[in-house]
Order: sequence, then structure tokens, then C-alpha cells
Amino acid sequence: MLQIKDLKAKIDNKEILKGLNLEIKPGEVHAIMGPNGSGKSTLSNVLSGKKGYTVSGDVTYFNENLLELEIEERAHKGIFLAFQYPLEIPGVNTNIFLKTSLNAVKKANGEKELDAIEFLKLVKKKASELKFDENILSRQLNVGFSGGEKKKNEILQMSILNPKLSILDETDSGLDIDALKIVSDGVNASRSKESSFLIITHYQRLLEYIKPDFVHVLINGQIVKSGGSELALELENKGYESLS
Amino acid sequence: MDAREKEIEKLKDYKYGFSTDIENTRAPKGLNEEVIKFISNIKKEPKWMLDWRLKAFERLKQLKEPNWQKPKYPKIDYQGLYYYSAPKSMDDKPKSLDELDPKLLETYKKLGIPLQEQARLNGIAVDAVFDSVSVATTFKGELNKKGIIFCSMSEAIREHPELVKKYLGSVIPLTDHYFATLNSAVFTDGSFVYIPEGVRCPMELSTYFRINATETGQFERTLIIADKGSYVSYLEGCTAPMRDENQLHAANVELIALDDAEIKYSTVQNWYPGDKDGVGGIYNFVTKRGLCKGKNSKISWTQVETGSAITWKYPSCILKGDNSVGEFYSIAITNNHQKADTGTKMIHLGKNTKSKIISKGISAGFADNTYRGLVDIARNADNARNFTQCDSLLMGNKCGAHTVPYIKNKNSSSNIEHEATTSKISEEQLFYCNQRGLNQEEAVSLIVNGFCKEVLQQLPMEFAVEAQKLVGISLEGSVG
Ligand SMILES: Nc1ncnc2c1ncn2[C@@H]1O[C@H](COP(=O)(O)OP(=O)(O)OP(=O)(O)O)[C@@H](O)[C@H]1O
Ligand SMILES: [Mg+2]
Repeated sequence: MLQIKDLKAKIDNKEILKGLNLEIKPGEVHAIMGPNGSGKSTLSNVLSGKKGYTVSGDVTYFNENLLELEIEERAHKGIFLAFQYPLEIPGVNTNIFLKTSLNAVKKANGEKELDAIEFLKLVKKKASELKFDENILSRQLNVGFSGGEKKKNEILQMSILNPKLSILDETDSGLDIDALKIVSDGVNASRSKESSFLIITHYQRLLEYIKPDFVHVLINGQIVKSGGSELALELENKGYESLS
Repeated sequence: MDAREKEIEKLKDYKYGFSTDIENTRAPKGLNEEVIKFISNIKKEPKWMLDWRLKAFERLKQLKEPNWQKPKYPKIDYQGLYYYSAPKSMDDKPKSLDELDPKLLETYKKLGIPLQEQARLNGIAVDAVFDSVSVATTFKGELNKKGIIFCSMSEAIREHPELVKKYLGSVIPLTDHYFATLNSAVFTDGSFVYIPEGVRCPMELSTYFRINATETGQFERTLIIADKGSYVSYLEGCTAPMRDENQLHAANVELIALDDAEIKYSTVQNWYPGDKDGVGGIYNFVTKRGLCKGKNSKISWTQVETGSAITWKYPSCILKGDNSVGEFYSIAITNNHQKADTGTKMIHLGKNTKSKIISKGISAGFADNTYRGLVDIARNADNARNFTQCDSLLMGNKCGAHTVPYIKNKNSSSNIEHEATTSKISEEQLFYCNQRGLNQEEAVSLIVNGFCKEVLQQLPMEFAVEAQKLVGISLEGSVG
């Protein structure tokens, strides 16, 4: 579904991604690990279409040139980014945001939009699966949410939008042990033949819950090593030093 | 693009921009005693009304246009304007909606203001003012049963002279300032509302103002009186065709709340704002003032100002009665070359009076948006309290936002709080929304609606939905 070839990205004349290659097939879970500042968030931003980068290389997503699509078009086609730092939008009710988002995606795909009642039913179900306190959803989007609540809210959105490619940027950072388990269960529940995941994390622990098919090490804008889930353990023991 | 396509593109930007081809009766061009007599005569006004107008006109000759406001405008040629224009079909005033010129009904239908049966379903009583005359007032019968008077100003002058004489000009005096005095001399129509003692008006009252004719100023006059213990919620909406000329709209609105009465006055102003380059558009120079005359009375202004080339108005409250309350909730959106200088005056005269000001200014493009407000606490106004919050949101870096709060405090027991913020829509917020499938315009609309939430919440439900859409539409094209 996704082929990345020789992807380079610059911002303010600083090269951050320096020729990155990666292929993800439908249903696969890929994990990316790497030191701070190595370009992990940059990769997720570039894949989601964030402006401001000078990008070169080829990215093919379901036989389409992904780099030519607008941010929202990518979202309509099933790309979802769980933000490392979810944004606060004052005055905007979280439920209304989720509904607007879901209906925007549905509309773009020619599907029937949900009315308020159908939506609330859906959100209730998804929230209870994630043990996410529904009262939070009537508050302003991410305003005053705890770090963990923000992350859970991202996963809730993911499970409502049912994306084809979910990019999770350090979703596990800041989650307590129970929340980590719940979020992992959420991801595992959404795993299917059609949906793929790109999971960015610093901690091997998450990968015990969500068994990845592949683990990649990103250092200085390039993938320097790839392997199976055992690679995560190896990194945990030896650190990145041995690879750079 | 050919001419027709261009026209269609333009209309897309401002969907109320069409004009109605209808035969008009007009006063001769220019401003003079003859024209004032013409207006008074065509409205079959009693002599006292004409005298009042002429007195205002005498006074006007000694007044100068104010010039302290931020938005400047080219000199207005008052002699080049028509002061009265009405559809010919109104000469013999139709007795019922069925007799109304179908072209007028069609116009209001296009504007989404159903004057006929549909109005019943919505449960909103509507008065429609087309250029200089009121063309229809719905639901009259039902309101009459409760003793509520809701009619055009012209009708009120003829049918309820005792009320008009008593209250007209009692809040905005004849001599007030240039535009208010001009209005007193040449006002044409508007709405009149009287709610009797102890009556809670069972439905929203609404007036829809439409400028159609060219080279015509609109000078409407609205007077609302809430007698002891009564309640009314009133809403006005405004649109105008797209024209290259600037058209003047100088209305006067007076509200009077007696003991324990409450008036809620909401405005959704969407006059033609001019084109992208700032050509054309309405000059919206309006005087709105409410008098909390009785104890425990309350007047609440809510305005959503999205249209007009220049918006210049300060809906105000004079808190005369002890324990009276004044509120001002405002959203002012300026895009392209639009300008706004708006805010409120809260004059605390009575004891334990309270006022609250919430202002949300949004600027985009090359626009300029000023909040100007006065909180005035008189010597005898013990324990007066005011809370003011002014928030500005900027989009892009070519627009301006200014906050000018004046405070005059002559009583040491008062409590005045003021908060102000200026913010920008961040790229990150937009990215977040886009990533969730919203396009740029939907994202801006969502964020701005969030920013304005406290004010939108004040609007009656039926209009809040419209206003939310309008907020999105008026900012279209503001982010690249
Ligand atoms: N707008 C920018 N201007 C200049 N440098 C930037 C900009 N954005 C990111 N960088 C730099 O690019 C590098 C990669 O950043 P990125 O956020 O992708 O790292 P990361 O791998 O996600 O790190 P972390 O694990 O800390 O989240 C960093 O050195 C960062 O400072
Ligand atoms: Mg990062």
C-alpha cells in the first residue's frame, strides 16, 4: 500500500530526512525507533502532507503519488496521524470536532454522513471500548486534557475514522500502565488485513503489547537497520550507539 | 471568464447580492425641507411628527459629521442621495400578504425569509423592510391577542401616537449626533414593538432589512418598549445587493425596559461588504441605545457583524434603574478591505447595576477591526460592576486589530474588570484539522466558531445555525 523511495525532506535549508526507504503492505505493523531528533516526527508530518518541507523522492500510496495530495485528501484516503503533541482548539466541543471530522471523510468518500444520534451512538461505543470517560468529550478539544487523555483522544479518533494507514507518533509516551494496555488493545482490535500501522516509539514495552511485523531504526534521517520484533529488545539492551 | 461567468462567481461570494427589478416611488433627490415633507406626507403622518422631523433637520444644519473614528471614508454627498424609495406596488398599501407584489415575496423567498405560510412553521413573527417601507408583518393577529403591538414604525405613528410621542427620542435625543439627528429628520420605516405589563412575548420577533434601490440611503427607526415585568426577544437581519457605489445605512434603534422587564436584541448584519478590492459596500453607521429605565430591568445586545464596507456602531445601555443589567455580546468579522469600529457604552447610573461586555473581533486580509468601549460609572452608582473581555483573532499579517477601552469611574465602591487577548490561528491547529479531513475553509470556520462560541450561544437557536454558517462564509478565501 505504501512505498517510500529515497525520501528526502528539508526545512529551513536543514536536511532532516536523507534518503529514506520503506515499504508497508496491507495489514502490516511497522515500528520505528530512533534517537531524539532523528526525524521520526518529520517522517510522519511529511507523510501526512504538512506544509513547509521541501520534499523529494517517491512516495506511492495505493498506486497514487502521495506527495501530490493535499493534507485533507490524504486523510480522506485513509491516512491518520496520531499527533505526538495533540493541538488544543478552544471553544470547539470535542464531540463536534469528531463528528465534523468523520462526516468530512465520509462525504469525500461518497458515503452517507452520520446524524447527531447515529454519531453519539458510535462514539459511546468506541469510548467505552477505550475506557475513555465520555464526559471529557463534551469539553473543548484537548483544552485542559491531561497528557494521557490527549493521547487516548487521538486513539479514539483513530478508531472512529477507521483509517487504512495509522501513524502513531509516540502515542505511548505519557500513558500510565493501564492506559498503555487499553490503547494497545485498541490498536490490536483495529488490526485487520486492510489496515496498516506505523508506530513510532522509544519504548520496547509498547511492542510487547502490539507485536510489530517489522522494526526499523531511524538515525540521522535514514533507516539504518530493519528486522523483526526481536530488534526492539536488542536496542533496549544495547542502545543506538552500536548502530550509528 | 466571460461577463456572465464573472457575475456568477461574484454572486457565489455574496449570495444576497442580487437586486430585484421593481418599479419605485422615490422622493426627489437631495436633502431639504421639501423632501422631509414629502416623506412625512407619503406616510400620512400627523403634524407633530413632521414638526419633530423639521426640528431635527434644523439641528442637523448646525452639526458636523464626527471624525474621531478609525475607519475614514470619502466625503458623502448628502445631496446626491435619495431619502425615500419604495416599491410602487406599496402605494396603495396591501391589506394582507396575499395582496403583496409577487416580486417582493419572491425576493424574500430568495433571501430565505418566508413571509407566507412557512413563517407559521418557524414560529417567528417577521416584519420585512424593503428600502424605505415595511412590506409585511406576519403573525399580527396572534400577538394582538396578548396585547403585543408589533408593526411598522409608520403604522405605529398613525395608530399608537401616545406611545410613540412618549418614547421616540427619549433614549436617543433629537440632538444626539450627526447621523442620529439625520435619521430623526428623514427616517422612513422600521419596526415598533410594545409588550404590555407582565407579558412574556411567546415568539421571537424579527425584522428583515433589505436595501434594493440604488443611490438610496436607508434610515430605519426601531422602537421597542417592554412594560413592567415583560420580556421580548427581537432579532434583525440585513442584506443588500452588490453595487459599486457605497450606500449609507444610518439607523436609530431605541429600547426601553421598565421595572423588571427584559429585552434581548440580536443582530445578524450581513450587508454587502464590497468586493475583494474594497469597491462598493454599505456604510453601516448605526446608533443603538437601550435604557434600563426601571429597577431590575435588563437589556442584552448580541451582534454578529459580518457585512458592510464600514461598520461603525456602539449598541449601548443606560443603566438607570437600580439593580439593572446591561450586556453586550459582539462578533465583528472583517475580511478583505472591510473596516469595523464597534463596541459599546455602559453607563451606570443606578445602584447595584451590572454590565458585561464580551467582544470577539476577527480580522483577515487587509481588514481593520477596532473595539472601542466605554464603561462609565456615575457618582451615585454604588456597587456597580463591570466585566469586559475583548478577544481579537488575526489571520495573516496584513490586517489590524485594536482595543480601545475607556473607563470613567466616579464611585469608589465599583468593581471593574477588563481582560483582553490577541491571538492568531496557528499553522499547527490548521494542520491538525486538515489531518482530520477538514479542508482549509472548514478548518478556519471551525476554529473561528470556537473562538466566538460565547457570543454565538447568546443567539436564539434558529439564528445561531445561520450565524455559524455566516461566520464561515465571510472568511472564505482568507487563508491561502
Ligand atoms: N521547523 C524546523 N526548523 C529547523 N529544524 C527543525 C524544524 N523541525 C524539526 N527540526 C529539526 O529536525 C530534527 C528532527 O526532528 P523530529 O521532530 O523529526 O525528530 P524526532 O525523531 O521526532 O525526535 P523526538 O524523538 O524527540 O520526537 C530535529 O533536530 C529538529 O530540531
Ligand atoms: Mg518526534
